[in-house]
Amino acid sequence: MFDVVAFIPRAVMQGIPLMLGCTGETLTEKSGNLNLGTAGVMYVGGICGVIGAFLYENGAGASKMNGFLAIAIPLVCCLLGSLLMGLLYCFLTVSLRANQNVTGLALTTFGVGFGNFFGGSLIKLTGSEVASLALSSTSNYYRASLPFASDLGWFGKIFLSYGFLAYLAVVIALVSSYFLKRTRTGLQLRAVGENPATADAAGINVNRYKYRATCIGSMVAGLGGLYYVMDYANGVWSNDAFGDRGWLAIALVIFTIWRPNVGVLASILFGGLYILYLFIPSSNFAIKELYKMLPYVVTIIVLVLTSMKKKRENQPPASLGLAYFREER
Amino acid sequence: MDKRKEPLIHITKRGAVAPGRAWAIRVGAIIAALLVCAVVTTLTTGINPFAVFGAIFEGAFGTNRKIWMLLQNMAILLCVSLAVTPAFKMRCWNLGAEGQVLIGGLATASCMILLRDALPGWLLIAVMVISAILAGAVWAGIPALFKAKFNTNETLFTLMMNYVATQLVAYFVILWEVPKGAGKIGIINQNTQIGWLPQIGSSKYLLNILVVAVITGLMFVYLRYSKHGYEISVVGESERTARYIGIKVEKVIIRTMLLSGAICGVAGLLLVGGTDHTITTSIAGGRGFTAVMVSWLAKFNPLMMILTSFLLVLLERGAGEISTNFGLNRSFSDILTGIILFFIIGSEFFIQYKVNFRKTAKEEK
Repeated sequence: MFDVVAFIPRAVMQGIPLMLGCTGETLTEKSGNLNLGTAGVMYVGGICGVIGAFLYENGAGASKMNGFLAIAIPLVCCLLGSLLMGLLYCFLTVSLRANQNVTGLALTTFGVGFGNFFGGSLIKLTGSEVASLALSSTSNYYRASLPFASDLGWFGKIFLSYGFLAYLAVVIALVSSYFLKRTRTGLQLRAVGENPATADAAGINVNRYKYRATCIGSMVAGLGGLYYVMDYANGVWSNDAFGDRGWLAIALVIFTIWRPNVGVLASILFGGLYILYLFIPSSNFAIKELYKMLPYVVTIIVLVLTSMKKKRENQPPASLGLAYFREER
Repeated sequence: MDKRKEPLIHITKRGAVAPGRAWAIRVGAIIAALLVCAVVTTLTTGINPFAVFGAIFEGAFGTNRKIWMLLQNMAILLCVSLAVTPAFKMRCWNLGAEGQVLIGGLATASCMILLRDALPGWLLIAVMVISAILAGAVWAGIPALFKAKFNTNETLFTLMMNYVATQLVAYFVILWEVPKGAGKIGIINQNTQIGWLPQIGSSKYLLNILVVAVITGLMFVYLRYSKHGYEISVVGESERTARYIGIKVEKVIIRTMLLSGAICGVAGLLLVGGTDHTITTSIAGGRGFTAVMVSWLAKFNPLMMILTSFLLVLLERGAGEISTNFGLNRSFSDILTGIILFFIIGSEFFIQYKVNFRKTAKEEK
């Protein structure tokens, strides 16, 4: 029997990191920057949060921890770390006009290496037998849900059982969507992504928009990494556990045709597809591997369909992946 | 007089840059990168950075076997880089090399498993070669077809195809696993060695190295002297010009991507048939992405790629040595690689552009 009440919360929890990654990447791509380093940014966001939490837990002692600081310190560390990654990407691609694909891939190499190196070093510091680092007291603060949620049966389980970051993710996605579609700044940002030369002629500071959008986008994506460690994984960091979720977030951007509000449901759908194999009552392990292909196949189909239909509002930002230099034609 | 201040810096594009100067800037960037790496190493680990650099060389060249491994890894990385190069030169971002290598490897492995009793050895190898090349070409051809027909974004499409390929391999690995429940295939045809590519000389890596050397030469000639190569450069520089002078852009895109996939297929063949004799989902080992950097760093010049692939493989091979010598984690070399790449990527700016600082009033008088 397919257990829907158990399945949906799992899908949502699986989907939240993707939602944050997707929202961040959409903001970035709307400025014309195709940041393939998102996977690396999310790793860095996650590990910076872990470092912050580790230092605080060991500094204060698990019993004397203050709830506010326990949440704020990792959060600030995570945002700082991912901001630096965003700045690095912008400096190379916007100021130094480097190739975005190459920079993004280098950023991924660096970010994943950074995460695994510091993760591995912290694990060694604790001297534990298993290859992982557990920050359960911090994680408890992140996972705290409303006290009456468990009394509400299936409703509480499906809608109220998550930590605050999950709701924050939805809010960020909806706000980004509003920002892009309904505000002047959002309009100007889209203009930068579509045709930077025109935007420049209209008096918009192209580089400033690119910098801001990419840095904010990176910070949002970094939160995805933090959510993954602190909430989804119960505060346990183990190397490479984050897997290919960064790339899945990039796939999600295409799937949602660059709309963060669509991303709210789409990321949960992706999260569901990602873990569907666990809920399929079959002992055939080979088939389960094919189920894991689903999110990517669905993305390809959406990509092909949008390009075939050529509806203008569904296209990628026109200057996506291209550097802008005023004097170049 | 105009009261407005002149901006502190302004940037102008350089004209033609002498190659010597360009390389001087690149070498300067690498030296700067190594210095930063040294500082980072000392700050994060407290280990003498020269000892780490020494260990990297030790890990790469320490013994005969290590040198062979270095050459083998370099050959495969170079092969994948050569594969993506024609597509990149056309400004068609084939990020799907990872998947194309996997599919080529999968085709090779399936021939070795399914046809081992049906065909004599030499014929089996011929079938393996053909199927690996075809599989790789098809995997790159699908995105190319949509790119040519509907202008579908090839960067994103090929990227997704990687994961489809990975899961396909995962599926077949479980289907053919030996023994049942092991989750891996193990060495295929270990006793009979049917379908193993022949060994030349004393090392099982020599064949791969020779094949890739030949491909390197051919690719250099293809891009530099053939009509196809010319068409690729024109399409890459300006699609409109290409259409204007009567090049069928769609045809060039599909043909080039097929070639790109086919060479990736060869890389898969060499990995599965030549050295590993097994298939796993991680057989491509991220080379599809590293190859993007190798190719770009070499400015799409096949001969330069020998150098750039050497640099990246050196760091990768050195990683193991660092981890055993200093008790550091393997990922440390990823951080070093990242730093070096950032510097080289950034240095291209200073080759193409000139930074002019605002002249102070004194100088102008």
